[in-house]
Formats: sequence, structure tokens, C-alpha cells
Amino acid sequence: MSLQPFTVVTGKAAPMLAANIDTDVIMPKQFLKGIDRSGLDRGLFFDLRFLASGEPNPAFVLNQPGWQGARFMVVGPNFGCGSSREHAVWGLKQMGIRALIGSSFAGIFYDNCQRNGVLLITLDDALVHTLGQAVSQADQAQISVDLEAQQIRLADGQVIAFQIDTLRKTALLLGLDAIGSTLQRSEQIKAFEREHLAANPWLS
Amino acid sequence: MTARTLYDKHIDSHTVCPLDDQGHVLLYIDRQVINEYTSPQAFSGLRDAGRGVWRPGTALAVVDHVNPTTPKRIAAMPDAGGARQVSYLAENCRDFGIELLDILDKRQGIEHVIAPEQGFILPGMVIAAGDSHTTTYGALGAFGFGIGTSEIEHLLASQTLVYKRLKSMRVTVEGDLARGLTSKDVIMALIGKIGASGATGYAIEFRGSTIDALSVEARMTICNMAVEAGARGAFMAPDEKVFSYLKGKPRAPKGELWEQAVVGWRQLHSDADAVFDQEVHLDAITLEPMVTWGTSPDQAAPIGARVPDPQDVSDLILRQDMRRALNYMGLEAGMPLSDIVISHAFIGSCTNARIEDLRDAASVVRGKHVAEHVRAMIVPGSTEVRDQAEAEGLAAIFIDAGFEWRQSGCSMCLAMNDDVLAPGDRCASSTNRNFEGRQGAGARTHLMSPAMVAAAAITGRLTDIRHFGDRA
Repeated sequence: MSLQPFTVVTGKAAPMLAANIDTDVIMPKQFLKGIDRSGLDRGLFFDLRFLASGEPNPAFVLNQPGWQGARFMVVGPNFGCGSSREHAVWGLKQMGIRALIGSSFAGIFYDNCQRNGVLLITLDDALVHTLGQAVSQADQAQISVDLEAQQIRLADGQVIAFQIDTLRKTALLLGLDAIGSTLQRSEQIKAFEREHLAANPWLS
Repeated sequence: MTARTLYDKHIDSHTVCPLDDQGHVLLYIDRQVINEYTSPQAFSGLRDAGRGVWRPGTALAVVDHVNPTTPKRIAAMPDAGGARQVSYLAENCRDFGIELLDILDKRQGIEHVIAPEQGFILPGMVIAAGDSHTTTYGALGAFGFGIGTSEIEHLLASQTLVYKRLKSMRVTVEGDLARGLTSKDVIMALIGKIGASGATGYAIEFRGSTIDALSVEARMTICNMAVEAGARGAFMAPDEKVFSYLKGKPRAPKGELWEQAVVGWRQLHSDADAVFDQEVHLDAITLEPMVTWGTSPDQAAPIGARVPDPQDVSDLILRQDMRRALNYMGLEAGMPLSDIVISHAFIGSCTNARIEDLRDAASVVRGKHVAEHVRAMIVPGSTEVRDQAEAEGLAAIFIDAGFEWRQSGCSMCLAMNDDVLAPGDRCASSTNRNFEGRQGAGARTHLMSPAMVAAAAITGRLTDIRHFGDRA
């Protein structure tokens, strides 16, 4: 399955700077009972986004006028920790989130985002703090992310550069189908497998 | 040749080819374990693309997350979503030729309990599964790590993953554990020390006299929860205990093949002069029984301590996180942890529901009774563990003490089935995550060892197992 390529994306960035936002919080258990990916935008941050009455919680950032329809989130350290559930990423994507910017992300979540074309940008704490402060003002929330140039452009004209592995960057820029790419190496995998099983026959 | 860590050896021996000069490789995966809730979209992806499964015999599927744990086992799922996931898993396993342990199978159980139990996981293997607690397999000298659904699909289709090499951390734990202390206290103390992201980007290797002295099952608890510190892999060099644990297991090699395998497995350790990117030391002698007070596994303290005060923390974000956690948990700074009154006690999960855990808990509750205001449940890690516990008389001890004796599954660890807490409920839990809403929206979780849960169930409050009367 090919993905929507990530080139230059412009939109609002919502701040969510608490540490250790886990995937149980991003996508609670009651939304994990599907066999497809549909309807997960409803479950995203459910307990934070909605009051017990079912009404949107006005205190939650994505419900506030300044950040509705956000394309980015600026997040606290260790975002996406805990459960491997990819539903968390599907939900973010269905809400229209194209990139997350933070100081550290949990490993499985990082890979899940990559496989769904959601860009994760890792910056050091101070820069995340600066960016978080800036986009916390609704009139400064509009930013632009240019993956090719590896730059974040803020509303006030400030530019923040970021690093990304070439392999990941290329896959995101082109929206590559990872499985298709790997299967082009089928002969190599088969050759490796023959040797591996011959050397470790108890693995067969 | 440069000295290598045990992690390096696993990666080197499973690298099909490097993919760049930034540490990415195409990594061959020996085994995968599949459950009903993270796999459906992976199989649908294969179907949509007209792709097959590369090597179906290397996968083992089991129903564990959504099934009820009511004392009488029934095949039907109580809710439509769970029923659909279970029937789709059966359909996928049938169509793609993957072995399935369904809900009525005598070998059914939580994936990370049954995979070692069946001898499906062997030293030197690389295993990936759609569940973060796949790190458990490090206790057998294997490299296990959790992946998402897209990666499951990639793995099913190609037997490989595009993988980036991690940094290495060595955690040395030395000294004898005091009576009443368990491996759960070791890993909780480590997480408290290095933080919930202290090992993000790392594979941890555990070593030291404390680790050597632990049983294989107790070691699994440590590797299982390494992911709560962010580790994407946990290792322990396999020793004679591991070999005798595995010998005779249904899917372990037999006869000459076994002998040959063990010769190779004895080489599975870090070279003496291997250099780790980070070293951490933990003194087991000074450890006390641990409990969590917050909503992240690193918000933990010895049972003798008090609920910490956010005012004492200088970092602004950390202070806000603590306030938020205490607010969610309904706790006041400064109150003794042992004053916290519970409404529920839960012994279960891939972290702590193996037979040794149940023996430990039974020794605490024998001849006593669960406090009147507490609902206490035992959910064995597998059907085999349940059967064994019944044969050993443990089930009778639990039932006499007022515990519910239930069927196996993930159950209230993550409450995907109908074992869900209500808002405000407070649970002493032998599980791995005290996240907000984990055991039910608004429910409050305190993590601790199975023996500590057992003691809390009896007294009705968090209790220091070291001062808890006689143990049978």
C-alpha cells in the first residue's frame, strides 16, 4: 500500500507537552475491537477530548478554536510509550495529523508512524520548549514543515532545522510501499534463510 | 575482531543485508507470535495485495486479549467486536496455514506465557510480535521486540523487518534479595531509577549475581517490563537454568538436535571486553518492595515511603506531571503509601501470572481471607498454568481465601475484555502498566509483585509483605 507522500505541509500545531503520553491515552481500549482501520478518529485521546456527557471537553487543546484542524502536534518526552497498538497512529492520521515534533518518542510508536507516513521530528528539549511556547499562542500556531529541506518554519519567520535518517526521509517523501521494496530482495532473503537454517537446524 | 555484545551477536547473525550506513539492516526474524487484536489489518493488507505468508510454520497464533475469563470456558465472545476479531483470526490462520491455539485449546494463554511454555522460543532466536511485551523472551537468551500491525504484515510477507540497530545498555544487579522481595521489585526499582524513557533507543542486557540466582520465570518478569523503561529489547545470557527449563518442552528440539543446539547456545553471551553505550548498577541488597503511586511505571516508591510532594521537584514539567498523576490517582502528597485503601486486587498478566507467581501468592493468602471491601481475582497466565495450579491445590487455597479463580487471558491488565474497573476503583495489580484508564476509564492502578497484591487483598490496603505475618 502506497502512502501519501510528505513534502511540504502547512497547518496549525497543537501543543501537548506532558511527558509520557502513552498509547492507552492516545487510543483507549474500547476502540481496539475492529478488524479494519476505520473510525479511529473518534477514539483519539477519547478520555481527554470528551466529557463524561459525551460533549467535547473545552479544556482539551484540539477542541479549542485556535488548534482545531491541527496538522501537527508539539509533544512532551516519550510520547507514544506503552502498548504497540498501531491504532494510536491510525487515529492521529485520521484526525489529519501529519507530523509530531518532540524530544523523544517510544520505539514502537516511532516505527508505526513511519509506516503510516506520519513524520516524527526529534529536536532537543530546549527547541521543543521554544516551539511549544510559540504554538501555545493561537496566533502563532501556524507552522510549515518542509521535509526535503528538513526545516520547520514558524509563524514569526524563525526556521528550525531537523535531522532525519536518509532511508526514512526517502520513504516518506515518496510514500513508498515498504513491503514491495523488501520483496524486491526476495532472492537475497531466500539465500540467507537457507544458510541460517543449515547452520541452526533446530530453527527449521 | 571487535568484542561484541549479546545484542550485537543476535543482530549480526540475523542480518540479511545492510540497507545504508546509518545502522539500518534487513533483519531476518525466526518466529512471530500473533494475537487477535493487532493482526487483523495485517492479514487484510496481505489479502488486498495478493501476498502470501513467507513461512507460516514460524508463526503461532493465540486468542488472549479479548476473551472473557469467566470460570467456565466458553467459545463464544460476549461482544460483537471481539467475536469478529476471533473469527477473523481463525479464518486467517486457516487460509494462510498458521497454527492457532483457540480459546478452547488446552495450550491457550497469554502469548508471552504460552510461547516459552510450548518451547516455541529458543536461545539465539530473533522474535517479533504485535505486542510490546515481546521483550519477555530475553530471559531465554532470545531477542524479542514488539512491533505494530504494519510491521506484522511486512514480517508475514517477507520474514524480515527493516530494522535500525539500537544502542546497548548493561544493567548489573548484584546481591541477594531480601525475603519477600521478587524480580518484580528489581525491575520496578530500575524503572524508577532510570525513568520511563531511560532506556528508549536501547537494548538492555541484565547480568549479575541477583539475575543468576533468579528462576527463568522470575527473569521473564524483568525482561517483560524492560519495555516500561523504553527498552526495545532485553537480554540475559542463557545458562543451565534456561536449558533445563526448555528441555522436553513440546516444541524444543529433541535428541541429537537438542545436544547440538545447546553447544551453540553456550556461546550466547557478550564477549568479556564488550563495551556498552551505557552502564547502570543496581544494588539488590538495599531494595524494598516497590509500589507505584502515579500513572507511569516510573512513578514508584518503596512501600515504606510516602506519596511524594510535587513541591519538592524543581523541574516544572515533572512537577506538573506529578500533580496530574496525584490528581488522577486521588492521592495526597505526604500520605504513607501503606495507608492507601484498595477496592480490587488483580493477579494476572504476561508479567506475573506464571506458576511460581501463583505459588508465591498462595503462600501469602493460605488460611486467610480477602478483606470484605475488596474484590480479588486470579487470572492464570495460561490454561496450563491454571491446570497445574489446580493440581497443586493452589486454586483451592485462593478460592477458600475468597479470590475469584478465573480462566486465562490478558484480562484486567488492559481491560480489553469484560474485566474492566469502574471510575474511582483502586486496584493492587501484578501487571505492568498503571497508565490512566488502563484498567478502565477513571480507574486507579498500583503496580506491585504478586505477593504484595496478595497481601493487599487480605488487609484491604497496600501492605509491606515483609511485615505481613506468617507465610505458609
